[in-house]
Amino acid sequence: MTNRLIEVTDLSVAFADNAVVEGVSFHIDEGETLALVGESGSGKTVSALSIPQLLPYPYAGHPSGSIKLMGEELMGAGDTKLLAVRGSEISMIFQEPMTSLNPLHKIGRQVTELLVLNNVLDKRSANEKVRELFDLVGLDDSIRVDAYPHELSGGQRQRVMIAMALAQEPKLLIADEPTTALDVTIQKQILELLQSLQERLGMALLLITHDLTVVRSLAQRICVMNSGRIVEEGNAKQIFTAPEHDYTKHLLAAEFLSEPPKADSASETIASIDNLEVNYVIGRQWFGRPKTLAAVKGVSLEIKAGHTLGVVGESGSGKTTLGMAILRMLPSEGQIVFMGNELSSLKAKDMKRFRKDLQIVFQDPYGSLSPRMTVSQIIGEGLRIHSPELDEFERESIVRDALIDVGLQEDMLKRYPHEFSGGQRQRISIARAIVLRPKLIVMDEPTSALDVSVQSQIVDLLREVQAKYDLVYLFISHDLKVVRALAHYLVVMKNGNVIEQGEAGQVFDSPKEAYTRELMDAAFSPLG
Amino acid sequence: MTPLAQRRLNQFTSNKRAYRSLWIFLTLFGISLFSEFVANDKPILMYHQDELWMPVLVDYSEKELGGELDARAAYWDPYVENLVEGSGGWMLWPPIRFSYRTADMYLGGPAPRAPNSRHWLGTDDAGKDTLARLIYGFRISVLFGLLLTIISASIGVAIGALQGYFGGVVDLLGQRVVEIWSGLPILVILIILASIVEPSFFWLLGCLAAFSWMSVVAVVRAEFLRTRNFEYVRAAKALGDNDLSIIVRHVLPNAMTAALTFLPFILSGAITSLTALDFLGFGLPAGSASLGELLNQGKRNLQAPWLGLTGFITVGVMLTLLIFIGEGIRDAFDPRKTISGSGFK
Repeated sequence: MTNRLIEVTDLSVAFADNAVVEGVSFHIDEGETLALVGESGSGKTVSALSIPQLLPYPYAGHPSGSIKLMGEELMGAGDTKLLAVRGSEISMIFQEPMTSLNPLHKIGRQVTELLVLNNVLDKRSANEKVRELFDLVGLDDSIRVDAYPHELSGGQRQRVMIAMALAQEPKLLIADEPTTALDVTIQKQILELLQSLQERLGMALLLITHDLTVVRSLAQRICVMNSGRIVEEGNAKQIFTAPEHDYTKHLLAAEFLSEPPKADSASETIASIDNLEVNYVIGRQWFGRPKTLAAVKGVSLEIKAGHTLGVVGESGSGKTTLGMAILRMLPSEGQIVFMGNELSSLKAKDMKRFRKDLQIVFQDPYGSLSPRMTVSQIIGEGLRIHSPELDEFERESIVRDALIDVGLQEDMLKRYPHEFSGGQRQRISIARAIVLRPKLIVMDEPTSALDVSVQSQIVDLLREVQAKYDLVYLFISHDLKVVRALAHYLVVMKNGNVIEQGEAGQVFDSPKEAYTRELMDAAFSPLG
Repeated sequence: MTPLAQRRLNQFTSNKRAYRSLWIFLTLFGISLFSEFVANDKPILMYHQDELWMPVLVDYSEKELGGELDARAAYWDPYVENLVEGSGGWMLWPPIRFSYRTADMYLGGPAPRAPNSRHWLGTDDAGKDTLARLIYGFRISVLFGLLLTIISASIGVAIGALQGYFGGVVDLLGQRVVEIWSGLPILVILIILASIVEPSFFWLLGCLAAFSWMSVVAVVRAEFLRTRNFEYVRAAKALGDNDLSIIVRHVLPNAMTAALTFLPFILSGAITSLTALDFLGFGLPAGSASLGELLNQGKRNLQAPWLGLTGFITVGVMLTLLIFIGEGIRDAFDPRKTISGSGFK
């Protein structure tokens, strides 16, 4: 019989007067992995942060509930008690490895500081301990203890964070979306690390995530949260094979996207890119040639009417740069032929004619809409530029149609972007792109910032709009599941080169290159 | 009104100190706008020879009123008063019977006179009523400050926008020009210029505007540098929008918040500059009512403390009010404070 480590009963959390978590109860046994799963805003992070009492009090408050750590009440405990618990009994790792480390201090120092300040060790033995910890989390000797955070990659920083969290050998590690900001292949490594550490150190793990793939491979028990409540709790196998609650079923269903509708393989080519190169100038001397970084190196591809071309790769592989260069938003070399017209030599003024046919949807639903324009102004902007002959009334009726096309209501026209959720904002971005009836839309990670269930809705919408207006998508994503649901043709990129390209089904089912196989592995079966 | 603007307005009005300061300032400014009706050496309204006259708006000669001289009527003269009231007419005077340039002929002692029932705040060393000069001086200071703020903010926003939006060489050259330009000693240049040209209101306004636009450039440029890479700006480019339209429609509205919070502080800075120039004697033409001139009078006539005290208190109160208002506006635009006012950070 294992011992109860954490017992949370009837926990509620309120910010000012808004209840965000209501009556949540769960427990964690020693050495166990519990996953809190839910979409953004479901209260999973807030529930977890309540355990070490790290919410912004007194703005946040607990109307009810009790949190017991090995039988001792943490709710309402004094600062001294909590300080003793945080770090030594319970520690945390966060989602964003880029901002979790202090950029001005060496990584080794940031870990030693923690040990020395907590009077665990003196300075010399702390240094030894850090080296030991770095070995433990798989940071090899090439990573110096006196490196600064900016010298490390995202995955390495997350490892440093984990080393820091493990420094005092906590009994519980709370991992808040530990892999969300990382590339798929790195995600896999971090998950493997967490799993092996847990086995070796026998600590409990509270995993907070929206990513069911992560949960499936790691968690023993799962709590599914929705709008501040736990709707279903059970062991992992049972939840994945026989979910009971509708919401859990809905979440699981959203994960499996169907294959894209067939496209006619004989359709004509609307755009062809030949030997495209993009070089960023990264430094310039007074005399001599500027230093450049090749972001895209000699890419050639063809885009056919009615097709979706998927471009996949890890961050830094040049996929977004490629999309931008095709839209002529970045200077590039090589040929871009669009509907029989050579675009690469056009001046900005002559390019305006083609802007109508080439549109883009961005990743960040919060950054891509101007906060000071109404929805109607945002969508109507393209019409104002390309069809100045329309009067206000005609323009508005076209905008209204576009809004209905993307599944929003017309009474939303006069509202501002901040009143909408991420998914709705992404719909507005899509409406802005389709209102001009373009031929080609570059989709730059349009679903990456969204929750899984919203992702699947957006994927459905994209298919629907594609069929209705005969659009061609250049779909850029690192999320292979979404790409699989949309792409007819697939291009795999790494370091600016095309590693592999071919019919989507073929590439997914029998990848030729080792790198492609690695990507597929990491995306579809994280821990074997 | 957008919900955001509504929230900011609520935030501002809930800041009692700033809100009250705004009302006090607006009241004072409102009164001073009608200085001619508050402090003047002419009646507002006059009934004479069965007709209504408005001496405050129209210059009548003494002859028109039935007197002898073919010159502007001096209504404070007992002769004119007698002329009107002796024939059964009446005169409605402003509360203060002196204009900023009226030298009182019936002072009853050497100037400057201490405060008494005739001159509530005394007179200066030319026998002119201090309160009247104060009211007119306040008006000219605030109007000057407002105009200077509008002009320098427009120049600053335009230059900051161009620098921030285009970046690169434009930004590099622009920043160097701003640095060199802001290194020039403004007061010394104005003093040199004042020895060549006779300074007037608009001449001073132009000179000060030429040197006061730099503070806005920094904020607007920074906002533009940040905003120009946002996806909504790139989306506008992808739509084929031209640069001018992107700057004006997409970036500027988002960058204005930062500039707006600066305006009240620029306003108080502008008022201070004008007062300083007037104090040094390089400001508005001699004889104009101005707060700086009043302070200078106070310095020259230390035996008449009401002059210095009046000037000091007025400038002090005015700048304090403006700073309070400025703080209120700044806080109202602060997104962290607009969440709920509970100080969630």
